Amino acid sequence: MEKVLPILKRISKSSSSDRSIMSGKGYVSFMEQLMECVFTLCGLSAVAAVAAITIYMIISGTPAIFKVGITEMLFGTVWAPTAAEPSFGIAYIVLTSIIGTVMSIVIGVPIGLMTAVFMSEMAEKRTAAIVKPAVELLAGIPSIVYGLLGLLIINPAMGRIEKILFSNSENHVMNGGANLISAVLVLSIMILPTVINVSETSLRAVPLSVRQASLALGATKIQTIFRVTIPAAKSGIITAVVLGVGRAVGEAMAIVLVSGNTVNIPLPFNSVRFLTTGIVSEMGYASGLHRETLFTIGLVLFVFIMIINIVINFILEGGDKNE
Amino acid sequence: MNNGICRKTTRISDYILKALIYLSAIISVGILICIIGYVAFRGIGSISWSFLSTVTSEINNTFGILGNIVNTLYIIIITLVIATPIGIGAAIYLTEYAKPGKTVRLIEFTTETLSGIPSIIYGLFGMVFFGKTLFLGTSILCGCLTLTIMVLPLIVRTTQEALRTVPEGYRTGALGMGAAKWYMIRTIILPSALPGIVTAIILSVGRIVGESAALLFTAGSGYYLPKALFSHIFKSGGTLTIQMYLSMERGEFDSAFGIAFVLVVIVLIINTLTKIITNKMKKGA
Amino acid sequence: MRAKIEIKDLNLYYGANHALKNVNMDIPPREIIAFIGPSGCGKSTLLKTINRMNDLIDGVNIQGSITLDGEDIYDKNVNTTLLRKKIGMVFQQPNPFPMSIYDNIAYGPRIHGIRKKAVLDEIVETSLKGAAIFNEVKDKLKKSALNLSGGQQQRLCIARALAVKPDVLLMDEPTSALDPISTLKIEELISELKKNYTVAIVTHNMQQAARIADNTAFFLTGEMVEMNRTDILFSRPADKRTEDYITGRFG
Repeated sequence: MEKVLPILKRISKSSSSDRSIMSGKGYVSFMEQLMECVFTLCGLSAVAAVAAITIYMIISGTPAIFKVGITEMLFGTVWAPTAAEPSFGIAYIVLTSIIGTVMSIVIGVPIGLMTAVFMSEMAEKRTAAIVKPAVELLAGIPSIVYGLLGLLIINPAMGRIEKILFSNSENHVMNGGANLISAVLVLSIMILPTVINVSETSLRAVPLSVRQASLALGATKIQTIFRVTIPAAKSGIITAVVLGVGRAVGEAMAIVLVSGNTVNIPLPFNSVRFLTTGIVSEMGYASGLHRETLFTIGLVLFVFIMIINIVINFILEGGDKNE
Repeated sequence: MNNGICRKTTRISDYILKALIYLSAIISVGILICIIGYVAFRGIGSISWSFLSTVTSEINNTFGILGNIVNTLYIIIITLVIATPIGIGAAIYLTEYAKPGKTVRLIEFTTETLSGIPSIIYGLFGMVFFGKTLFLGTSILCGCLTLTIMVLPLIVRTTQEALRTVPEGYRTGALGMGAAKWYMIRTIILPSALPGIVTAIILSVGRIVGESAALLFTAGSGYYLPKALFSHIFKSGGTLTIQMYLSMERGEFDSAFGIAFVLVVIVLIINTLTKIITNKMKKGA
Repeated sequence: MRAKIEIKDLNLYYGANHALKNVNMDIPPREIIAFIGPSGCGKSTLLKTINRMNDLIDGVNIQGSITLDGEDIYDKNVNTTLLRKKIGMVFQQPNPFPMSIYDNIAYGPRIHGIRKKAVLDEIVETSLKGAAIFNEVKDKLKKSALNLSGGQQQRLCIARALAVKPDVLLMDEPTSALDPISTLKIEELISELKKNYTVAIVTHNMQQAARIADNTAFFLTGEMVEMNRTDILFSRPADKRTEDYITGRFG
């Protein structure tokens, strides 16, 4: 309050005019009105941005759908945009994004959730004080750095496994470990911080009294965690998973080189192309219908993300109602 | 003594679950240590004065990232100059002016949506909207405007949190003395929320430094030093991350690790700064 | 009659704070004992020491002994899980789990290994009946327990404690967060419970102690000042401090 007092004094001085309180029709200074306007506009900027992005994604993403044909594009499996007889089937690309995301969630969420449990329930303060900054650092590392490490650590390791597994296979195209699994591993690591942070926050929000009730019934600490605390933090954990899905679906630079980036059916050891990596690798030189198709891929990705956002919004609102 | 309280009960599932919890924590921290260790081990060798202070040039036979560092600074500063006022303004609107209702819900939903949109979509949007529609082409300014939208939710949310922690008594106190609203915000609310706003800015710097997909097709990959301070913003300019991606594509892993090391150091600095500020805020409260 | 719980020379420290000083007490079976005293006198601490909930707090140091049916509960071989199964606890704030009414009650039995649905169904019904709440909730067992009123939630928590078939029930100011009508219902329930259980209740409400307790113990700054049959303690207190407290001169 000490800081505020001098300011308050200044206010009383500056407004000590002899104007009557009836001097205007609800008098508000011009400056006040202007600033309120400015702030409202700032507030609406997010709305405008989302509207603009939506409109532009639709405008630039739809032409190719009509030119190629929606079934041919979404269910076609041949991607040969620069061939003499070009083909624009993105089915494998969409499928890769879906399967890749699901796999990275399956790997990343349990590890992330258990780490969050460790931080909020098990770790002593000092240990938690080491793990927490580590997770924050993990969140801050640029995605391209993950890509570099994937390329130089995970790919060679996968390459070795690939050589053993497929040494006698005639159909398999060797790709030096640049495959779906490598990309999935990179993605699972990248979603860890999101999953850990959001789940930890929601676990910590579970009231102590609920844990005590469980312990007083003779439950062990572990039973309490898995049967009471985690279920009580359910909506927060689901949000964490959905946010993780969003992060995994949308990641581009970390996996563009790691995944091999050729269009194939998404099998673990195939070189694959995701929605995001398709855009990154071809936008630089694509033109005409090819370029328009890349925007359609962007539109598909955008639709996925909007669905995820609406789901999150739905969960959070539902969560508020329960409280 | 079957009814006693000393009977041992061993729950195997408890031990398994406990082991899984510890294992996961070890994996999470272990991954981080491996990443930092490996980047430092491979990257530190590439770091030299000439690497940091020259521009890659065939003629002078130099290999360095100064141009990218300058571009990164350009993009950080311009983006923040545009995004910070808008973000703070939006946060002020939401916490100080808006009445709960449809508008607030819409703004909050769209802000959430913006933070969920992947950077590659921002890249596409920036390319067509700022690049084509607004004729900015592939330029630093185009990249900055794209990133402005991208960091907006981060600034809005962090500032909003800071504004919410300003005690209600300050507001009623000032308004009760006859201060007008904007005057009250300017003299009391904003100064009290300043540490939070600074945190928002630092976090945005981190986001901008690490960004690549949104910049690839908007700011491009130029690596020359500015010829003139102002007109440089209309030239193509690649940041550190973009240069790193290009190095990786070409298989120049030494320089990629050099840049990776620089990036990790920047992230470390940013995290430490935010930590210091939040700790100070906690003490102040 | 042999005491259900014997407390001998009990001293408890929170770090440097001497919270319980040389407490000695015998709690007889199938009776209600009330702990009264001003805030911070140690009555709640003593209650939590009986089922070792204080173990969860850092920096607690406990000396002396507490025995349940002759077994020292602070013996290093004691299994706190079994101990807490035998000594149930009801807290000040109703704290139902955020799950259905049925699952709340079935939680304890499930923890202790009961899986069969028929058995669980029966336990749920008897526990809810035992806590005098069955008729109010029998049609909405699958509904969330959080939708119940505060008084119903507290009786649900009592039912939940009964479901693991304890010998002893500890109650830490179970009615302090409730309205008078719910309080009355809970008091009736507690009087009913002593037929089968030994009940120790902490209360800051002396009338409540007078209404329901067979024995009452008065605490002041960590010491047990006096313990006696309730009617005697309230009508002819032996200690001046007890008299001052029950006549409202302090606290």
